[in-house]
Amino acid sequence: MTRSAAEPLGPARGRREDTPFRRFVSDFAESKLAVIGLFGFLVIAFLAIFAPFVTPQNPYDLAQLDIFDVRLPPGEVGRSTGITYWLGTDAQGRDMLSAIIYGIRVSLFVGAVSAVISLAIGAVVGLVAAYFGGRVDSVIMRVVDIQLSFPAILVALILLSVLGQGVDKVLIALVIVQWAYYARTARGSALVERNREYVEAATCLALGHRRIMFRHIMPNCMPPLIVIVTIQVADAIALEATLSFLGVGVPVTEPSLGLLISIGFDYLLSGKYWISVFPGVALALAIVSINLVGDQLRDILNPRLRK
Amino acid sequence: MTGREITLSVENVSTSFFTRAGVVKAVDDVSFTVGAGEVLGLVGESGSGKSVTGFSILGLVDPPGRIVSGRIMFAGHDLVTLPEEEMRALRGARLAMIFQDPMMTLNPVLRVDTQMIEALQAHADISREKARIRAAEALAQVGIPSPDERLKNYPHQFSGGMRQRVAIAIAMLNKPDLIIADEPTTALDVTIQAQILYEVQKLCRETGTALIWITHDLTVVAGLADRICVMYAGSIVEEGGVDDVLDRPLHPYTRGLIGSVPSRNRRSKKLYQIPGMTPSLLNLPPGCRFRNRCPRADEACTAMPELRELAPGRAARCFHPHLGDQA
Amino acid sequence: MLVYIIRRVLQAGLVIVVMSVLVYVGIFLVGSPVDILINPEMSESEMEAVTKALGLDRPIWEQYFIFVGNALKGDLGKSFVFGQSAIKLIVERIPATMELAIVSIIVSLVVGIPLGIWAGLKPESVSGRSIMAGSILGFSLPNFWVGLMLIMLFAVMAGWLPAAGRGRTEVVLGIDLSIVTLDGLKHILLPSITLALSKTALVVRLARAGVREVLPMDYIKFARAKGLSNRRVIFVHVLKNIMIPIVTVTGLELGSVVAFAVVTETVFAWPGMGKLLIDSIGNLDRPVVVAYLMLIVFLLVILNLVVDILYSVLDPRVRLQEQRA
Repeated sequence: MTRSAAEPLGPARGRREDTPFRRFVSDFAESKLAVIGLFGFLVIAFLAIFAPFVTPQNPYDLAQLDIFDVRLPPGEVGRSTGITYWLGTDAQGRDMLSAIIYGIRVSLFVGAVSAVISLAIGAVVGLVAAYFGGRVDSVIMRVVDIQLSFPAILVALILLSVLGQGVDKVLIALVIVQWAYYARTARGSALVERNREYVEAATCLALGHRRIMFRHIMPNCMPPLIVIVTIQVADAIALEATLSFLGVGVPVTEPSLGLLISIGFDYLLSGKYWISVFPGVALALAIVSINLVGDQLRDILNPRLRK
Repeated sequence: MTGREITLSVENVSTSFFTRAGVVKAVDDVSFTVGAGEVLGLVGESGSGKSVTGFSILGLVDPPGRIVSGRIMFAGHDLVTLPEEEMRALRGARLAMIFQDPMMTLNPVLRVDTQMIEALQAHADISREKARIRAAEALAQVGIPSPDERLKNYPHQFSGGMRQRVAIAIAMLNKPDLIIADEPTTALDVTIQAQILYEVQKLCRETGTALIWITHDLTVVAGLADRICVMYAGSIVEEGGVDDVLDRPLHPYTRGLIGSVPSRNRRSKKLYQIPGMTPSLLNLPPGCRFRNRCPRADEACTAMPELRELAPGRAARCFHPHLGDQA
Repeated sequence: MLVYIIRRVLQAGLVIVVMSVLVYVGIFLVGSPVDILINPEMSESEMEAVTKALGLDRPIWEQYFIFVGNALKGDLGKSFVFGQSAIKLIVERIPATMELAIVSIIVSLVVGIPLGIWAGLKPESVSGRSIMAGSILGFSLPNFWVGLMLIMLFAVMAGWLPAAGRGRTEVVLGIDLSIVTLDGLKHILLPSITLALSKTALVVRLARAGVREVLPMDYIKFARAKGLSNRRVIFVHVLKNIMIPIVTVTGLELGSVVAFAVVTETVFAWPGMGKLLIDSIGNLDRPVVVAYLMLIVFLLVILNLVVDILYSVLDPRVRLQEQRA
């Protein structure tokens, strides 16, 4: 495609260095929705990390609660605590705003950690399967396929009903449910990379298997995995919320958003909507912003989808 | 030209594509006529604008392209300004088109009879049974054996040549006045090519259908067409009776084209090629578009030559045509 | 074709056997089966009697075969809470769940396909873009949250629709169906929309992608060149081509729909298998949980098998490839 020098198209790019990172950022910024999503996510992450400093009340500290402040509608001021309950209080007198922010913390923590652990396990398994091929590959992939053909929620439900409650158990269940997806993607990428020349070169140098797999092949498989991690974090958060809502997730002492919603569900029909609805909105915002970011990442990093 | 009635008259038609990279003048001020029962060859290399000309006549130019100026007179209407409803009534009924790749012309998930019957039912109030009979007759006419059974088949059950015959049959179903064939034999074997050429020629002579045959292959056009138009970079550079043009080409491009046909080159001598490359349609040089590759170019060629009639029925767009030379 | 079917059936059978072993081993890993399958409220002597009856004092592999034998006879233990056969409890509730699942799938197709086609035909328009943005919302928002919101809006605030339960049912062909009554329809509306939402988003995306892929194809141009009306080109030529991936994916997602019905049934107190499962987990009614698990495994494997075979029937190209192979 020839372009005569007299007609520059688009903004003149001569001034700044056009590094891959800059290009990545500008590609990402093409979608306004994704930028909004990123911004939203950063706000939520900030709230989660700095929860103790941001909230007016620590909802887990029973001493800070006033039993007379139960089920207050939004906007009321606590008599003895003097806090303005912007989003109302729940059945224990907890300030909803604080409870929600702490809830975000739990939800985000569980979602992110489980996704990262699943990524680690799944990527290694996928790499091993692709690298060694043959029997090893067939067996591993069969397991992955069977695991993937079962709906995640059922597997998680059954696991948790057997394991019992607790944040660590929820993490275990989420990891078991998610690793297979990473394994399959990692294997796909690794298969493509394995046939490339640099692997042949490394093999000729008699580098150990582990070194070839992790120092050479793995970095090249990262892009699709990064896209999946983003979207999976949102899925993990949603799954944890669902499980907590159903009563098999995190314990009542450390409520995630899902649990808060579940607790408030009973009050929905009697008009005290704030106990359920506000955590719900927070949850939805968190999930949607992550998904917006992940969607745009997928569009940029996938060469086939570029227009 | 004999005193035939004129079926199609393309007058100063220009079609451009408005892309992000710029405006592509795919067809630039093209004019020609086709008489009843006549075969016109539209010859040119890839990118010369011949296919887009065909689509323009049928009104099938997809955005970001559109016809920007000119008239196309057919059956007393100007096709450029004709409302879409009436255009649809003409398409497939009085104006038909055959495409290049038979693999992709027929919808792979629909049966052949469905695709033929719908072509009939779109233009006439005809029952399925009657339409099916007509379809079977049409298949028989193009030389497909056991047409009644074949109608129930899917496109992938036909070979490439057979599929193209089906496409021809569909084109002829409603007995159009004009068929535009866009390189219909390019994707086929040489032997099949010859068969299809023969079939089409026979059908057109029998039914008096006018035919525009778009191709890049001069040998195909030589045996088939009555007249040819040579296109280069979006405009017509030469036209005339086929034998005339092939024996005594006026335009240097036509001369170069003929000279580069392998059968015309002597063995063991280097195959002649026109030097240079087709210019990008985004960035056309001013004046004659063939200037940069023409052995006869000079300063006069920086102005755009008009398509002038240099002999009865012969025209060329050149300041230095090969008058009086043999090819 | 027959060879293909037999091969797939054998594969399916293998998966069921493997899963049953896994389930059984799983029970052992977690704790003694005595704890799980026997009601802890029974007296010592009752427990001993049941232990002997269920053969729980025998070695593991013998127990497995007893388990399988009983399973094939349709006996997977008795519910602690209801005292009835676990299997019978679940089977009674299958019609309710399947009714919800099937209505949801129909909703997702009926709503998703037109929206997706529209978004594919006008991708740069405001409506096209909002449909795609909506689809992101569709599959990100958790099932139960959507249900909650719908209950809030339509049941609590507007009062138009009931918030829970299944409407009046009538017996049709031996099965209790609620969609044949007006009351039933009112009850199934919100739950089916909730369950259908993420599938609808998926169908919208598939349909749009399909339309974008098919529209520039030569055969569409040829169809136009034949003078066919725009409606026919889209609804016959384009539609038939995009249906294949949509049907395949929908078939594959059937299992997931039944699984997510668990959540929807809980939110809307819909008396199906899913609600039973959640209740049983809460009540520590283990036999029901185990029975549900086995049944679901069986159901999913059969479902996948049927979808596989249906797919080869739908796509004529696949059918002939199989024939030639």
